[in-house]
Amino acid sequence: MVHWSAEEKQLISSVWGKVNVEECGAEALARLLIVYPWTQRFFDNFGNLSSPTAIIGNPKVRAHGKKVLTSFGEAIKNLENLKATYSKLSELHCDKLHVDPENFRLLGDILIIVLAVHFGKDFTPACQAAWQKMVRVVAHALAHKYH
Amino acid sequence: MVLSGADKTNVKGLFSKIGGQAEDYGAETLERMFAAYPQTKTYFPHFDLGKGSAQVKGHGKKVAAALVEAANNIDDIAGALSKLSDLHAQKLRVDPVNFKLLGQCFLVVVASRNPSLLTPEVHASLDKFLCAVGTVLTAKYR
Repeated sequence: MVHWSAEEKQLISSVWGKVNVEECGAEALARLLIVYPWTQRFFDNFGNLSSPTAIIGNPKVRAHGKKVLTSFGEAIKNLENLKATYSKLSELHCDKLHVDPENFRLLGDILIIVLAVHFGKDFTPACQAAWQKMVRVVAHALAHKYH
Repeated sequence: MVLSGADKTNVKGLFSKIGGQAEDYGAETLERMFAAYPQTKTYFPHFDLGKGSAQVKGHGKKVAAALVEAANNIDDIAGALSKLSDLHAQKLRVDPVNFKLLGQCFLVVVASRNPSLLTPEVHASLDKFLCAVGTVLTAKYR
């Protein structure tokens, strides 16, 4: 079981409280597809991903980004119980979606950069540390049911 | 992984805009790395890693200077960093995974100080560049 200090929980939720889930989610997924283009392999049915402009403007990317980041919100509400929270999603990503868990780590790192872009100096080293831990633990929980 | 013409332009452009603040970027990169990835502190048992440490500032300046040097010689990063590559292989022997961690923190510093500079395209180019630097520095490990 992961231990979260009071400070970590505070840093995570205070940032989350100011996040526009739709915008940040869309941007995080778009950047993932742009910075690590091989991740596009999971999105053959998303239409035009032929350029950064196309990816950023793609409505399916936006919608899916929002969905993914909304799920993060669930994680933040259930920090003490992430493996259970993500149990079904983990099975889905393994059995149906066939996503290599490395991709969860890539997306987590990209999300951190999106937060840094949005929050600037307010995204302090302590903030980053709490969030790096959070995305690492989320990735681990999502990979937990893989077999 | 190859740096395209566009990547090189993006990276050189970014570093020219960062200019004289590179040292500060280096110091903050290290500060963030030690906070987010405490295992990286194991390479600095001889350092005072407290807030505002002069040693961390000094080391950040060196790290930043190396990145600037690589950017200025982006057509031959291996040549430009050859001595540093020797040093890392023979003396420092920093485990290769740590270069990614440093890279992530450098990206966060750029993002937080210059959000408008780090467009998705520049982000991609800078990430590739940092990977290339890490590859060069670990190239002679074995």
